[in-house]
Amino acid sequence: MTRLDSNKKQGPISPTSVNSEATILNAVPIRHYGRWIATLFLLLVAIVMVKSLITNPRFRWGIVGDYIISEPILEGLRLTFVLTVVAQLIGILIGIILAIMRLSSNRVLARAAWIYIWFFRGTPLLVQLIFWYNISALYPEISIGIPFGPTFWQGNANDLITPFAVAILGLALNEGAYMAEIVRGGIVGIDRGQAESAKALGMTHMQTLRRIVLPQAVKVIIPPTGNQTILMLKTTSLVSVLALADLLYTAQTIYARTFETMPLLMVVSLWYLGITSVLTFGQFFLERHFTEGKQERISFTQRITGRVSMRKSSSELGQAERAKHND
Amino acid sequence: MIEPALRVEAVRKSYGHVEVLKGIDMQVKPGEVACLVGPSGSGKSTFLRCINHLEKINSGRLYVHGDLVGYEEKKGRLYELSDREVCRKRAEIGMVFQSFNLFQHMSVLENIIEAPMRVLKISKEEAVNYARELLELVGLSGREESYPKQLSGGQQQRVAITRALAMRPKLMLFDEPTSALDPELVGEVLTAMQDLANSGMTMIVVTHEMGFARKVADTVAFMDAGLIVESGHPDQILDNPQHERTKSFFSKVL
Repeated sequence: MTRLDSNKKQGPISPTSVNSEATILNAVPIRHYGRWIATLFLLLVAIVMVKSLITNPRFRWGIVGDYIISEPILEGLRLTFVLTVVAQLIGILIGIILAIMRLSSNRVLARAAWIYIWFFRGTPLLVQLIFWYNISALYPEISIGIPFGPTFWQGNANDLITPFAVAILGLALNEGAYMAEIVRGGIVGIDRGQAESAKALGMTHMQTLRRIVLPQAVKVIIPPTGNQTILMLKTTSLVSVLALADLLYTAQTIYARTFETMPLLMVVSLWYLGITSVLTFGQFFLERHFTEGKQERISFTQRITGRVSMRKSSSELGQAERAKHND
Repeated sequence: MIEPALRVEAVRKSYGHVEVLKGIDMQVKPGEVACLVGPSGSGKSTFLRCINHLEKINSGRLYVHGDLVGYEEKKGRLYELSDREVCRKRAEIGMVFQSFNLFQHMSVLENIIEAPMRVLKISKEEAVNYARELLELVGLSGREESYPKQLSGGQQQRVAITRALAMRPKLMLFDEPTSALDPELVGEVLTAMQDLANSGMTMIVVTHEMGFARKVADTVAFMDAGLIVESGHPDQILDNPQHERTKSFFSKVL
């Protein structure tokens, strides 16, 4: 590091120093006493925690092992996973539509999207879920037809809106409001010139959005969307109020019977952690996929160890250098 | 009489209460190169953007190859054209921007073939072949797979010119194409533009490069405060301007 810096600094100032010996600094590095103490402290805490996890018999890891791949837990896990994926996907779709509406030059469309976002972000999701669950109290009959005109189809709200449908509806509608802001941020962040040159080439508004603006916005949209998906995974646990047997609710019904509260919460946490890890992994590959140019690409280990900045900057340097030479 | 490539009659344009164009009249014949010069804020770029309907004019008439831009006239009334129709007409007018505006997520080749494939519905093979042909003309063969970020400003602008030419336009607009470039890279872009002019392309160029205007332009129009103050042959405008405003401008820039 020191060597690299000194090379860079001295290079342009003293072009005569071709002799690289002269540019290597033999300096003694700074001693970071504070960091050493902090490291020592963290190591100590880690040791104590691991020791207690192993030696405290009240964790009852045996019971954790019994339940972790038991049938009801896996069933709950499946429901949690389905809820997360379906609600998030619908949420993203709603978000894209709302974002495009908000950026529309039509004031009614823009304002409608704004009101949607205002409403769904402004009320608790738990309230929304209970609201949808009880919607039949407001509208016992649901029908499809032309307003003030003929009805094509009619049904009982209670039959139509199952707890699963309520869960998907509630989670997705709420997620749409958050995704809308994320997508809008991504679109607004793209230089106006991109859309303008697409238009100048004769591309329609929709072509410009689909081919030029959104693909570039995706790069900005993915990291917060990954965040939202992980959040969604854990938010699905709210559906226990609808008596839907997701991962948490299943565990709750078991420990209500057996009083093995702690081991079952361990089981649940391990599964949530597991899926979160899978999602994090998926997010990384999505991000890498949307990073153009191979030089900027990094491996997963580089990402989690944080050894990225050095390599990236040096490759950028190389690129600029190459561009100059080719001129 | 041949229909002019561009015919502009009393065009006005305002942003809110600020009038940016105060009645522009202009004609450009097919194959001609017209340079628009003048101080910043004089409305040159806005005028250029009106020609391909990136900005809507408030009054007057603007015809490209005899067709009204952005509107249709039926029985004395103007009807705004649909997005699709505006796009079809824009496709015949190429535009090159000050900041290149290459699509950052696409390679050079993808940048060039995108619009021909999507707008003109040309087959990929044909689009690629034509793109390679054009790239060779601007001296960028072998750069097909590069991304905009990996190119110098001059190279990017030459790709942008190629991208516009790939649509086989009848008219090319240049909005200060060299203003964002390092001085040493200006030449390569001007050379490409001069070659294009020599090939008979009708061009309207907003520029501060007076050398280019003198050498390549058939007409130079000096704009100030939303009006064309005077226009004519480059030698006449640059060396022997009549108006006070023109004189004082050129005494500073030349």
